[in-house]
Amino acid sequence: MHRYIAASIAALIFMLGVQALAVDPYEVLEDPVLEQRARALSQELRCVVCQNESIDDSNAELARDMRRLVRQRVTQGDSDEDVLSYMVERYGDFVLLRPQFKPQNYVLWFGPFVLLLCGAVVVRQYMRQQKPKTPTPLSEAEQKELAALMAETNSESAGDKPS
Amino acid sequence: MSPELGHFALVLALPVALAQSIVPLIGAYRRDAALMAIAGPAALLQMLLIGTAFAALTHAFIVSDFSVMNVFQNSHTSKPLLYKITGVWGNHEGSLLLWVAILAVFGAAVAAFGGALPDRLKARALAVQGMIGLGFIAFILFTSNPFLRVDPIPVQGQGLNPLLQDPGLAFHPPMLYLGYVGFSMAFSFAIAALLEGRVDAAWARWVRPWTLAAWSFLTVGIGLGSWWAYYELGWGGWWFWDPVENASFIPWLTGTALLHSAIVVEKREALKSWTVLLAIITFSLSLLGTFLVRSGILTSVHAFASDPTRGVFVLGMLVVAVGGSLALYAAKAPALEPGGLFAPVSREGGLLINNLFLSTAAATVLLGTLYPLIAEALELGTLSVGEPYFNTVFIPLMVPLVIVMGIGPLMSWKRSDLAGVIGRLKGALVAVVVIFGIALAMSGTSVVDIAGAAGMGLAAWLFASAFIEWSARVKLFGGSLGATWQRVKSLPRASHGMTVAHMGMAILIAGVSGSSAWKQENILTMVAGESVEVAGFTVTFNGAELVQGPNYESLQGTFTARKGNSTVTLTPERRVYDQPVQQTTEAAIHTTFWSDLYLVIGDGPGDREQFVVRAFFEPFVPFLWYGILLMGFGGCISLTDRRHRIGAPKRATASAHPAEVEA
Amino acid sequence: MTEETSNEATNEPSTRVPRRRWIAILPVVIAVLLGGVFAKRLADVKDGLDPTVLQSVLLNTPVPDLDLPPLPGRDRVADGIKTKHLKGEVSLVNIWGSWCIACLAEHPLLMAIQGQSDVPIHGIAWRDDPQASLKWLGRHGDPYSRIGQDPISEAAIAFGVTGAPETFVVDANGIIRYKHTGPISPDDWSNTIQPLIEQLRQ
Repeated sequence: MHRYIAASIAALIFMLGVQALAVDPYEVLEDPVLEQRARALSQELRCVVCQNESIDDSNAELARDMRRLVRQRVTQGDSDEDVLSYMVERYGDFVLLRPQFKPQNYVLWFGPFVLLLCGAVVVRQYMRQQKPKTPTPLSEAEQKELAALMAETNSESAGDKPS
Repeated sequence: MSPELGHFALVLALPVALAQSIVPLIGAYRRDAALMAIAGPAALLQMLLIGTAFAALTHAFIVSDFSVMNVFQNSHTSKPLLYKITGVWGNHEGSLLLWVAILAVFGAAVAAFGGALPDRLKARALAVQGMIGLGFIAFILFTSNPFLRVDPIPVQGQGLNPLLQDPGLAFHPPMLYLGYVGFSMAFSFAIAALLEGRVDAAWARWVRPWTLAAWSFLTVGIGLGSWWAYYELGWGGWWFWDPVENASFIPWLTGTALLHSAIVVEKREALKSWTVLLAIITFSLSLLGTFLVRSGILTSVHAFASDPTRGVFVLGMLVVAVGGSLALYAAKAPALEPGGLFAPVSREGGLLINNLFLSTAAATVLLGTLYPLIAEALELGTLSVGEPYFNTVFIPLMVPLVIVMGIGPLMSWKRSDLAGVIGRLKGALVAVVVIFGIALAMSGTSVVDIAGAAGMGLAAWLFASAFIEWSARVKLFGGSLGATWQRVKSLPRASHGMTVAHMGMAILIAGVSGSSAWKQENILTMVAGESVEVAGFTVTFNGAELVQGPNYESLQGTFTARKGNSTVTLTPERRVYDQPVQQTTEAAIHTTFWSDLYLVIGDGPGDREQFVVRAFFEPFVPFLWYGILLMGFGGCISLTDRRHRIGAPKRATASAHPAEVEA
Repeated sequence: MTEETSNEATNEPSTRVPRRRWIAILPVVIAVLLGGVFAKRLADVKDGLDPTVLQSVLLNTPVPDLDLPPLPGRDRVADGIKTKHLKGEVSLVNIWGSWCIACLAEHPLLMAIQGQSDVPIHGIAWRDDPQASLKWLGRHGDPYSRIGQDPISEAAIAFGVTGAPETFVVDANGIIRYKHTGPISPDDWSNTIQPLIEQLRQ
């Protein structure tokens, strides 16, 4: 709903009557290879008047013109980087849906894998400290609990043990 | 029923919630049974009061009482009755009232059916529920009151956003809220356990059904939203990594982790502190999901109007609820008794890896969603984080998770034999190779084809291993049919539920992979009589006409799709609603078991002869919905396990301990 | 509670509790940091930051290459906008369209500026039908020195425009010095834009 509303608000701002749907047949390039590149590039570029939509998905008029510009530049022989940097020069990093790989975004790009690594280290520690060299005797309360647990495990969850 | 009655009931609910939050806590502290006993009746009374308020608002919507501002702004007499009712929660104020009403019902359920709970745990959990209710009721009354009157009384309402006049979207919010609120139960029990200083198997047994129910609702709720986006937005996408979608997906990820770690607490009395943390975090993220989009903090353009007063209130509530509970955790968790022995290669080891990946995935989505905000706060500039980023980092986190998902359920508790388990999964490996081969043979050799085929192989792995695990449990291939049936019946429902949910996940993965890799698009202009080939279908355009609907005008195209001997007629529409004026796309979808043929019609270049037609072939998209439904269904099967029933007999450990533990 | 604590103290290595405590504090620390980010954002929004306004990255860069066709039927000699027209003196570049309601709200101020100040205002008619543009100017007055048509957003994208109206202050060397998003208010004019023009002229 939010995306559609965002798109309609964008449409309201531009007040251009009938709204077109995303990529129109008239936009499509003859050359399938160039068209493919243009589509891929369009999916990397944010529609600047929408909420988190690529220009490829967007119904907004400005998004359509941006798609047209992407196709024009691709046809003129611009590389993918050229097209993206043309947009970034005008709209800033905001226009890229895939943030650039540069030091200030390292947190974003490495963060998940660093987190996974830290998590793995913690898990390893946890496993280690769970294995004392000499088993500590159970306290009275723990023994009671164990007995109760065993009784219950036996009575209730026979099926939970893999055969 | 007058709106004033509803308003009055809501105002009354405030002191009741206050009493429910404080008195039982004092009672639990002083071991005063009489004070603790307040919790139950207070929870029931609160359900009665909030139920009255909700009923009053619903009534106002049904009879189109435009003297109520909220009804005036969000309803219209010409709307069908169903959408008058769903309009109650189709707006900020009403949706909050629904939220708190569900909370009250859940709280009352604990009060009514929680007889088996230890008194102090119950009193404390209900007190925490009372606090959550208190926060929400105050938020509604002070910033978002749905009962405000308007004078003079307008003769007609402004109408409901036509996009909300749709079954998929009408029931999307209640499902999400059932999920979020369900997680509040796990949260309340977690806080109660921290106050108690004790987490045990009985505690986990109490938390699990609520978490399961919440998880099932949230799964279906997210699925409904995705389904709606697919058929309504007109470009055949079903997931966009939009902040609002992520806001519900993050608690789903941590909730899934919670579901699994609670099993470890229940069976092995390990991972206690972590499970408590997950319960707190899952609900905190649900709060974030409910609020972030309404506060003006995260998004600027959104359906729910944001106003700074609300933002401040929301932030205050988050600070108290999230900050307070995490501070309590910091103080109390280290003192929780440590768990038992824990070998890496074991069922619990597998579940721990599951938790590692799920929580990393949740953190990743959270990071990506909030990063633009963080970057701006740190003055690193304005940037966007969208679909390409999420796909790049999320998929590598999911692949190992799914591989472990296949192995984990076959491992035994405490100590397992990895080689033996993998030996039993030979069949699954064969399935992977076969499915991967078939997928490649049927598609091609581009990178996308290989990725799609690999996704299919992964799905086959999960499905086959879930099947192998289940069939071994019931000895499907050993003995008579009757004996097998007996074993099927005696296997705990939770095991069946797990199998069904994991298979659902496998089917979902097949849907995600197949639809992402092999979608075909045809975007063209057509005149009546023209045909186009789409993935084996011959789609003929028969013409388009203007059709008058009850509260909209529609451009309706008629198409015939032929494949072999079968013919279907498809009528995609483009509607312009009149109250309020808004345009919607109604895609026409022809679903076969494997795929969808998806047609959208638009205006042509000027004249009324040519029309823009989008004909998409969406392979495996139906698998997304099958998978999600199966996952939700699996959750429900688990819920019917007798060990999960709310009135399940009190555990021996639960009754044996409380007195001595806290002495 | 006391029982567990004592168990832990006797049975576990002594380094254990401090580390667990440290890890247990981590979640609340992260939550507080995030809360800080939210609070800052909220304060910014309250202070009038409009999250929909994108800061231009084009400030202090030369105006883009332009070659915009004139508005046919507009009876002024100098028409159409080329890059060279934006050099030589300080000027305003205003993006507008007859379809744009906010532009209509801003229009009286542009007329007033044209009347009282000698700074040229160049108009870029963005995504507009030439006839509609002409009619609109005929009805509401024409404050523009030059007008260039931009039917497919070439200039708009080159200027990094997200909506209309937007106004740029360009110095005598053709360098973009300021961008205003949305309609200019009389306060914006007298407090910000006019002083900036004076300063750039020195």
